Amino acid sequence: MYEDIQDLKEDYIFPTSEHAPITRTMLALYAGASGDHNPIHIDIDFAKKAGLTDVIAHGMLIMSMASKSLTDIFSHENIKEIDVKFVSITKIGDRPIFNASVLRKKIHKNKRLLNLKISISDQNGNIKLDGTAKIELSDES
Amino acid sequence: MKWIDKKLIGKQYPDIRFAIEKQRLRFFSKATSQTDPIYFNEEFAKQKGYPSIVAPPTFLTTVGYEKDNPYDFLDELGIEIDRVLSAGQNYIFYNLIFAGDLISMKSRISDIYDKKSGKLQFVEISSEFYNQKTTKVAKSISTLVYR
Repeated sequence: MYEDIQDLKEDYIFPTSEHAPITRTMLALYAGASGDHNPIHIDIDFAKKAGLTDVIAHGMLIMSMASKSLTDIFSHENIKEIDVKFVSITKIGDRPIFNASVLRKKIHKNKRLLNLKISISDQNGNIKLDGTAKIELSDES
Repeated sequence: MKWIDKKLIGKQYPDIRFAIEKQRLRFFSKATSQTDPIYFNEEFAKQKGYPSIVAPPTFLTTVGYEKDNPYDFLDELGIEIDRVLSAGQNYIFYNLIFAGDLISMKSRISDIYDKKSGKLQFVEISSEFYNQKTTKVAKSISTLVYR
């Protein structure tokens, strides 16, 4: 996809990638698949009692979207670290958009180490997830 | 406002053992909209040189929920499930995880701290993950916020 992945430069901004809008079905499936059955993500009655207006997305579902965008760009085995903060809650109907750029690049022996800034924002530009990822590329990868 | 007992820092949880199954990986991959077939098609994964279906990076989160009551640690911390949210997640990856692996997870409370004069209290849980060959596959820090 990125033929010049070995030549990525500092400050390079990756094309954004859009994920499917958050639906109740997605949250139910993610609850089942992940084992995170916290009702705040799947039960509107519970969410209201907790002081929210509706269920909210699992933070880890949003991180999974960021991770999916990373494995779309890089081979899974080249991803060495993902570190994120969940900055604000994600609601039903929000459209997560993945953003990434190269913060730093280091060359060590035959390896290229990339430190990426990553984030997920919504359709209004509000940041949901903010963090970094470390990528290690060797000559053959 | 209730304070979380900082004496709990260092507390270790019983190890969790989790058998990585193809069906569960396929379900997780569907739920997280994976499109790379290495995450759900065993034949394709094998053609790519992997022993079986590959676990997506964030699949590790499922291991921690493999208990009768995955939220019982909240009772011990004295916090209610409707007041707690994920604040952050760090993963460091050493080796890939495949269907057929048996993962052991060792977890402890690594920190408890507060911000905004205690309006927000944070609990950090650090975990290490090993496979059946006792190879360390990953480590993680999950940060929860009690609001």
